[in-house]
Amino acid sequence: MSREPREVVLTVNGRRYSARAEPRTTLADFLRDSLGLTGTHLGCEHGVCGACTVLMDGRSVRACLLFAVQAEGHELTTVEGLAPEDGQLSSLQQAFHEKHALQCGFCTPGFLLSAAELLDLKPHPTEDEVRAWLSGNLCRCTGYQNIVDAVLLASSRREEGAR
Amino acid sequence: MAVAAKYVGTSVPRKEDPELLTGQAKYTDDFVVPGMLHMIVVRSPFAHARIGSVDVSKALAMDGVVAAFSGEDLAGDWAGPLLMAWAVTDDIHNPPHWPLTKDKARYQGDGVAVVVAESRAAATDGAEAVDVEYQALDAVVDMDAALADGAPLVHEDFGTNASYTWTLTNGEVDKVFAEAPVVVKERYVIQRAIPNAIEPRAILVQPNTAMGDFTMWSATQIPHIVKVAMTLGLGISESKLRVIAPRVGGGFGAKLQVYAEEMLALALAKRLGRPIKWVEERSENYLASHHGRDQIQEVELAADADGRIHGYRMKILANMGGYLMIITPGTPLLGAFLYCGCYGGEAYHFECTGVFTNTTPTDAYRGAGRPEATYAIERAIDALGRRVGKDAIAIRRLNFIPAFNEPTPMPGGLMLDSGDYDATLDQALELIGYDDLRAEQQARRERGDPKQLGIGFSTYLEMCGLAPSRVLSALKYAAGGWDAATIRLSPTGKVTVVVGTSPHGQGHATTFSQIAADDLGISVDDIEVVHGDTMLAPLGMDTYGSRSLAIGGVAVHRAAEKLVAKAKKIAAHELEVAEEDLDYEGGTFSVKGAPDKARTVAALAFSAWTAHNLPDGMEPGFEETAVYDPANFVFPYGAHICAVEVDTETGEVKVAKYVAVDDVGLVINPQIVEGQVVGGVIQGIAEALLEEAVYDENGQLLSSSMTNYEIPAASDVPSITIGRGPGLPSNSNELGVKGVGETGTIASPPAVLNAVIDALSVYGITDIGRPVTPERVWRAIRDAKGGAQ
Repeated sequence: MSREPREVVLTVNGRRYSARAEPRTTLADFLRDSLGLTGTHLGCEHGVCGACTVLMDGRSVRACLLFAVQAEGHELTTVEGLAPEDGQLSSLQQAFHEKHALQCGFCTPGFLLSAAELLDLKPHPTEDEVRAWLSGNLCRCTGYQNIVDAVLLASSRREEGAR
Repeated sequence: MAVAAKYVGTSVPRKEDPELLTGQAKYTDDFVVPGMLHMIVVRSPFAHARIGSVDVSKALAMDGVVAAFSGEDLAGDWAGPLLMAWAVTDDIHNPPHWPLTKDKARYQGDGVAVVVAESRAAATDGAEAVDVEYQALDAVVDMDAALADGAPLVHEDFGTNASYTWTLTNGEVDKVFAEAPVVVKERYVIQRAIPNAIEPRAILVQPNTAMGDFTMWSATQIPHIVKVAMTLGLGISESKLRVIAPRVGGGFGAKLQVYAEEMLALALAKRLGRPIKWVEERSENYLASHHGRDQIQEVELAADADGRIHGYRMKILANMGGYLMIITPGTPLLGAFLYCGCYGGEAYHFECTGVFTNTTPTDAYRGAGRPEATYAIERAIDALGRRVGKDAIAIRRLNFIPAFNEPTPMPGGLMLDSGDYDATLDQALELIGYDDLRAEQQARRERGDPKQLGIGFSTYLEMCGLAPSRVLSALKYAAGGWDAATIRLSPTGKVTVVVGTSPHGQGHATTFSQIAADDLGISVDDIEVVHGDTMLAPLGMDTYGSRSLAIGGVAVHRAAEKLVAKAKKIAAHELEVAEEDLDYEGGTFSVKGAPDKARTVAALAFSAWTAHNLPDGMEPGFEETAVYDPANFVFPYGAHICAVEVDTETGEVKVAKYVAVDDVGLVINPQIVEGQVVGGVIQGIAEALLEEAVYDENGQLLSSSMTNYEIPAASDVPSITIGRGPGLPSNSNELGVKGVGETGTIASPPAVLNAVIDALSVYGITDIGRPVTPERVWRAIRDAKGGAQ
């Protein structure tokens, strides 16, 4: 397999990027090293911990298990793209803040993106549904309780049908 | 000065959060410097092997590879081995531990060579090309096997795999046991755990060759100690090294360590004159970051016929792994005084033998020694209750040290600060709805429900706030236990609080701001907390052992008090009254009887900056430092009750209800405290039910990734209910605070195990191993029923 870098063109957080990547470069390394978007964290690099979760065309993917070239032409959302504008928090981020849903914060970007996807698909999930949905993300600090509460709080603040 | 409670005691939202929530926080791996090289460590695939030749020539010939070295190549770079700071006995066997081994690999993952390249991928490719000649040796994994005659020796020079035996005796132990009508003997095995901070370790070293100085970023809990260790290990002047712990993604003890990779990155930056970055892979985290727990406990209680305990006798084997790291031998000693829990008695004996095996070294893991002690006593007291016919509540209440609010001795020899053990138990019973649970249990038993209910208790006591320096000296620990804070007000009244603790999720910036804000009468929003940088915060002993608030927080308070004292002198001078004529409240000095004549601390900071009109002899500036060395530990305690549902057909255990009542003294920020409790309890429940580091007989780590070492996910764990008990202030410090970082992992495992045993008591089962997997439960039931069904 050729290691020659290839041009990768994609959209991240609404902005179009073009950069070169070796075929073996993961999407996570590409986001972090080539695009400088270091909010996407790597916890295990084998698809278990979920810290590197990003949205691709609105659906969650593990950036450590995709190659950058696979994201060619797709639209990505990373944690840097969640807040409506600089200095503000999204309703989900605000709920995480209020409910103390993060301690060290390393897993938090992955949780935010998984939860954002859930609330898009199902604006008013039950607690069990939240726990099941988030079971692809590992947190070692919080014991999950406050994360679940935060997602439920963000859900309760959403108007029916609103994105 | 009493703390005015505007902020203290309230859940101020965390100041740390915005950058963490938006992806702007910088962890070590997020830093990039020009010319940076990437380091990969070549690790032994064998747990025990003699190292023959190490050939790096093929690696050096590869694209992008800049340098590659064996342990022999770097042998001359070290001024000393990796730091081992706790030689617990005078005759301890303490092997030199070099960043790369030269003679033998002593555990799977022991570093044998290092490769540096222009990219991480090139370094990884290069590492695969390093040719190491291994001569595999028989490995020893099990502690009993390691102590048997003829066992393979991890360190041949010692002629034994025993590292040390440490003992503690209070009272006439043999006499008490000889005369006791009831002696309960139990044997417990505490399995090995892998801490699993979600952020792997990471290091970046930037050299400045012209000046001979270095900056190291490290994902560590202990930048100050790392700095001292690097000085000792590499012979670099302390004034030439700055260590920064930026945002750190969890530690749980595994980042309370001085690691080979820190020494290697610094040595290579020095050799090559280029920045060196190393980021741990998760597989390396499992092999080469330290593990925790791993004890075999022989537990004996001597009691009256009615169950009142008079004596404790504990014999512990503690697995050290292949080497002694920073506090490997001392970790069991952190629990040595606590095998009596919160119970009385006259005689106490503790003996611990550290054992070398061909496994990853162990060291502190959240709780460090205290979870092991708590497990032993909280399991054993249930066994005693069964023996004398008392239930779990009655046997505990009979033996509780009665409520106290002044220094009180306990059988382990410590002086406790404050406690009311009945009160926390009362609250826990109420919160969990105990009578209803027992009724439900009885109903299920009567109808032979396949899902049986069990209720388990853990009325724990722990010691934290590490630690009085004189006590550490008596225990032969190499450093002190003080901590420091500097508070500075700028001319415009903004506050910088510089602390020597180094957080990795605990919310120090918020908590310390609350203390300083109340002391100085300034908004928390006007306070910035600086930590984790040996240049900006040179005085500190870092974060572990639930010490940050009980030591560092008191230092913040004392520094603030010094500033208030200085401010008072300036205020008296400006207002032309005596200091005694001033009242101080909410950051304002006012003249008694003339409250309109007043000065705020912020205004007085401006006066100290202009220095136009200071009292004679006073130095300008508004900055004070306090270094606090505690006189005693602090002693959180509480009652945890766990209700489990055990599926007797599949062996599955589900935590149905969990109540944690923890009295941690004065609470600064309830939300942060509750977060620590919940996180710790879930981590402890996972240790009880799911997590185990498993080696095969050759020392191969079978639970070698997150796919087969089971960290719980949200769907695996319950919500828990929290109570705070009577909230008795600690009398070990003037804030009245205790510690909360480890209570959860200390208290919860025996509550879960006791609950499972309670559920299985219908089969006559009184013991089960941990973690309590479905297989273990299923086998225990099958065996109790008399073999295969």
